[in-house]
Amino acid sequence: MAVYRDQAVVLRTQKLGEADRIITLFTKEHGRLRAVAKGVRRTKSKFGARLEPTSFVDLQLYAGKTFDIVTQAQSIENFGEALATDYKNWTTANSILEAAERFTENEHEPALQQFNLVVGALRALAHDTYDSSLILDAYLLRSLGVAGFAPSMTTCSKCDLPGPHKYFSLVGGGSVCVDCRPSAAATPAPQTLSLMANLMTGDWNGAVESEPRSRREASGLIAAYLQWHLERGLRSLPLVERI
Amino acid sequence: MYEGAIQDLIDELGRLPGIGPKSAQRIAFHIIQSERVDISRLTDALRTVKERVKFCTECGNITEEELCRICRDPRRDQTAICVVEESKDVISIEKTREFRGKYHVLGGAISPIDGIGPENLRIRELMVRLASTEIQEIIIATDPNLEGEATAAYLARALKPLGMKVSRLASGLPVGGDLEYADEITLGRAFEGRRTLDS
Repeated sequence: MAVYRDQAVVLRTQKLGEADRIITLFTKEHGRLRAVAKGVRRTKSKFGARLEPTSFVDLQLYAGKTFDIVTQAQSIENFGEALATDYKNWTTANSILEAAERFTENEHEPALQQFNLVVGALRALAHDTYDSSLILDAYLLRSLGVAGFAPSMTTCSKCDLPGPHKYFSLVGGGSVCVDCRPSAAATPAPQTLSLMANLMTGDWNGAVESEPRSRREASGLIAAYLQWHLERGLRSLPLVERI
Repeated sequence: MYEGAIQDLIDELGRLPGIGPKSAQRIAFHIIQSERVDISRLTDALRTVKERVKFCTECGNITEEELCRICRDPRRDQTAICVVEESKDVISIEKTREFRGKYHVLGGAISPIDGIGPENLRIRELMVRLASTEIQEIIIATDPNLEGEATAAYLARALKPLGMKVSRLASGLPVGGDLEYADEITLGRAFEGRRTLDS
């Protein structure tokens, strides 16, 4: 597998030496990996703007010793322009990328579902399909689901008692009934839990009708739930501009 | 592994950007074999740079005085200000001899993924500066990558209420390159910013 080809989303870039960059890629078939793009910082680089964060590209890579080396790059979709010119979208996209990096713990481990979620979220964001805050929260919830941490929204996560229930526990894995609730359980508004359920299942018609208050509360719960499962919060999340 | 002082030197050199373990070892042995006088010149230079060099209180550029050379110069255009990411960018723009105004160094670009937000850059200082001086035009010259674009978008939005002329450096095809190798984004920008030829 000296030379291989794959589709990838660029998650992060770091400067390397004089004019190179280490590109953290989330590839479709090879999972997350880091590759070197030689000379990419030169104005005359053949890669141009193709290897910027959020780029969705078709790549040819050469398997190296420590890092693989990007030999050719072609754009599949350009999300960058639409995302970077709108500060709200840019901060949201950064959180999606950072979360994707954290959800793919091991390098070279394919994670197709997570890959599709990232591409879908960036596309929705670039096309302004829905409010950026809703896109981010939907992405985070579904990613948690793919990682096996899906919070329960209606039935009690401890005893399976059908809901909806009043309490939501980060430690307990979502909705909990009055008998199972731990002492630190939150009591969000019923509309907030219904919004979260809509985001989780992809019911956008229901989600866009939600009140700003429910959205704020849902964002707070999702951020706390994410931090609980990832052990450390996302650095970009406090910087995300929300309405 | 070497012992004592030499290994300490190799470790310290290895922490410098772009210097790996082999390069660090090579430089360390070069230092050992060099004349004492050459090395004291180097150590003096290192010490002095750390003692003397500070940031200009007005624009954030590196300087040895309170104000940098450009901010002190009364012949510079006081009405235009060019916003750049790093001090290195000031030098690059100065080399073009196209700009005669003043600068403002942000100290980086907004990069939420690295935890760098607007409050970590010298944006507040820029706003204070704009409120108290006769500046009429702001040229945003952040890097032509997505972080630079996002920083420019943030600045443009923050500067809008001030009613000043805000412009962004043009981007397009590099001089001396082939059209075939231009990526879609750059080529698109070049089309957007095309200009009429005088006939």
